[in-house]
Parts: sequence; structure tokens; C-alpha cells
Amino acid sequence: MATPYKTIIKDGLWENNGVIAMLLGMCPTMAVTTSATNGLGLGIATAVVMAASSLLVALFRNTITQEVRIPVYILIIASMTTLVDLCMNAWMHEMYKVLGLFIPLIVSNCLPLARLEAFAAKEPVSRSFLDGLFMGIGFTLALVVIGAIRELIGNGTVFADAALLLGPAFHFMELRLLPADSGVLLAILPPGGFLVTGLVLVAKRMIDLAAGKEIRMAGAHSV
Amino acid sequence: MSRATWIHASILGAFCLGFGIVLAVTDQQTNDDIKQRILEDKERSLSQVLPTAIHDNSPVTDTITLKDAKGEDVTIYRATKGGQVTGVAYTIVGSGYAGPIRLMLGVDAEGKVLGVRVITHKETPGLGDKIQVDKGDWILRFNGLSFANTPLEKWKVKKDGGQFDQFSGATITPRGVVGAIREGLHFFDAQKSKMLEAG
Repeated sequence: MATPYKTIIKDGLWENNGVIAMLLGMCPTMAVTTSATNGLGLGIATAVVMAASSLLVALFRNTITQEVRIPVYILIIASMTTLVDLCMNAWMHEMYKVLGLFIPLIVSNCLPLARLEAFAAKEPVSRSFLDGLFMGIGFTLALVVIGAIRELIGNGTVFADAALLLGPAFHFMELRLLPADSGVLLAILPPGGFLVTGLVLVAKRMIDLAAGKEIRMAGAHSV
Repeated sequence: MSRATWIHASILGAFCLGFGIVLAVTDQQTNDDIKQRILEDKERSLSQVLPTAIHDNSPVTDTITLKDAKGEDVTIYRATKGGQVTGVAYTIVGSGYAGPIRLMLGVDAEGKVLGVRVITHKETPGLGDKIQVDKGDWILRFNGLSFANTPLEKWKVKKDGGQFDQFSGATITPRGVVGAIREGLHFFDAQKSKMLEAG
């Protein structure tokens, strides 16, 4: 039974969101969400890798045997990550200088692997591509929200240096909402990552409860 | 070995070969562009510590290698005008609060600091990162200073009896930077003749 498109999109963005529902990919989440811009950049790169690898795995899903599937999935994710890394370094160098350090982290993110195993290995190409893409966009949203909160509390800004990532046309996104030097540094330091992520999780559950939804433990296996 | 083993091995092998080829082709396609970008980055960081007015060459390609006090190789980028060396730039390393701070130091032929810029550091955001030129002008106060116009005992942060401000909440970072520049100038004094040798 193929999953309906609407469910795939809703799952990726909210219901089964990689970070705030499945709690996957915590390592890159903690590492890059010191600012909203960093979160956005790594999120986009991850979404590209996830969409491409889901597409490839779905395409070859009848060729890849059970016994060798995990090494093949990792090979595909690592190849896509390297491709993104090389292309960004060559043609989007300003962005690469900001994000280059984080791109290899995509391989260590368990979210792409989890989606390949749980979804792309069983579903048709178009749906798998959509799942990879929207899981990636959901990951991006979570990273941007966590990054924006940490940046605002820690530094008083939101989307600082966005123009460096997206181009000069995006200067308007760079907001200073609180005066300089008023930040609570803790939010940017590692403990702040755990605190803010925890609070965002609480917020999601409260919204779900208010909407009368049953709270269930989501997992990597859920489709 | 059973037939199934061979099948699995050949599937895995085929994927490795396929993606290996894809990556090799991409690497080849992007290689020149990436080299060009790295060169441009280096040129940009060098132009901040070696003003264009003092040279008519391309310092990024005019390099010599010398050994520092610890016996490690240091690449010296040289600015020349009319065949005369007018300034040199090289990487110096200070020990910061959270690991090494790498800086590019530019010195003119008389041993005066032309400029210092941070290349990489892991200092605390909001406290130690004021050493970056885009976060504060602290790093600019070294411009024009030398051992000739600033006595050696003044090359310290104020807390240690020198003349350079520390930051509120961060002393170790500026101490590391001042120390690195002091060592960098000692290195210049020791290797001056080799650095300024024409050609």
C-alpha cells in the first residue's frame, strides 16, 4: 500500500518530524543551531542529500538485497554528501565557508539512513523522493526554529549573516531584536542546545494535545 | 562460497564502482574551480595585511619557507615593489581559551606591524570573538606598532602589566593574541635578512 502524498508531507513537516518527533539527528542539531542561518544552511544541504538518496534507493530498491542494504545505503548517502560538498565548494564558495565544516556531519546524521530503511526501500520512486524532500524540509524547519530561539536569547539577533549564506538580496532578514550585549550566553553554548530543543519538544506536544491528538511515541520505524 | 554470497558481493561491488566513478568525475570537474577559490580566499586575507599600495607583485605566489624558533616550517608571503621586499606576511598561532588561534601577521621591512587578522579560532562567541575584525576594532590597534616604538615589556595585556586591553570576561584570548604577535615579531627579527633578501 503506497502512502498517500498528503500523509508524506504532513509526516515530514510535523507529525513525524525528524527532530521534534523522532528525535533523530541530534548531533548536527546541537552543533549547528547556534544561529538560525546556520540551521537553515545545514537544513537545506541535508534536504538535498535526503531527497537525492531516497530517490536513488527507491530506484534500485529491487536490486539491493536485504543482506547488503545497509552498506549500500550508507554508500549512497556518503556519495551524495560528497557531491554536495564538492559542488558547493566550487560554485557556492561563500556559503561553503560558512557551512563547509558541517556538511560532512550529514553522513553521521541517522535521519537519512532511517528514512531510507523505513520508507524508500519499500515505496515507489516519486513518493520516496517526496518523503526524503519533506523530511529534509521538516528537519530544516526544526533547525531554524531552534537556531532562531538560541540566537535571539544568546545574541539578540535573528538570521544574522543570512546575506552571507543566501546573497546580498537577503539583508532584510537580518534582524536585531534585542540590544547588543544583552544576550544570555548560555543559550548559544551546548547546554542551551539541549534546553531549547527540550522546550521546543514540549511546545510541539502541547500543540498536539490542544488539537486533541493522541500523543504516541514516534519512532524511526513509523511511516 | 555459496552463490548467494557472490550475488551480494557483486551488488555491493557494482554500487561502489558506480558511485566511485560519479565521485571521480565530479572531483575532476570541480577541482580547478576549488583551487581557484582557495587562491582567491588567500589573496583576500593577504590583501588585508599587505596593503596593495606597497607591492606590485602577487604575494600569494611569491613565497619562501623558513623555520621558526620551534623548528617548524612557516610559509612567508612576500610583497615586493620594484624588486625590493617591502613587507612580509605569515601565519602565527596563539593559544586561546578553547584551542589554537591562527592569525595572519603582516610586517613591513622595518619590522612594523602592517596588520593582523584572525584566520580561525574557537573562542567563546560574544566574549573572545571580539578579536575578529568584523566584531570589533581591537585587532586594529596593533597596526604601526613595532619593537622600536613599543618596548618589549609593554607587549602584554594590561592585566599582565602591558599596554593592550583585555576584554571583560575574556583575558586568555587577548593574552594569546598579543603573545602570538610578540613571538611573530621576534621571528621577524631573527629571520629578517632571509625574509628581505631580494629575488
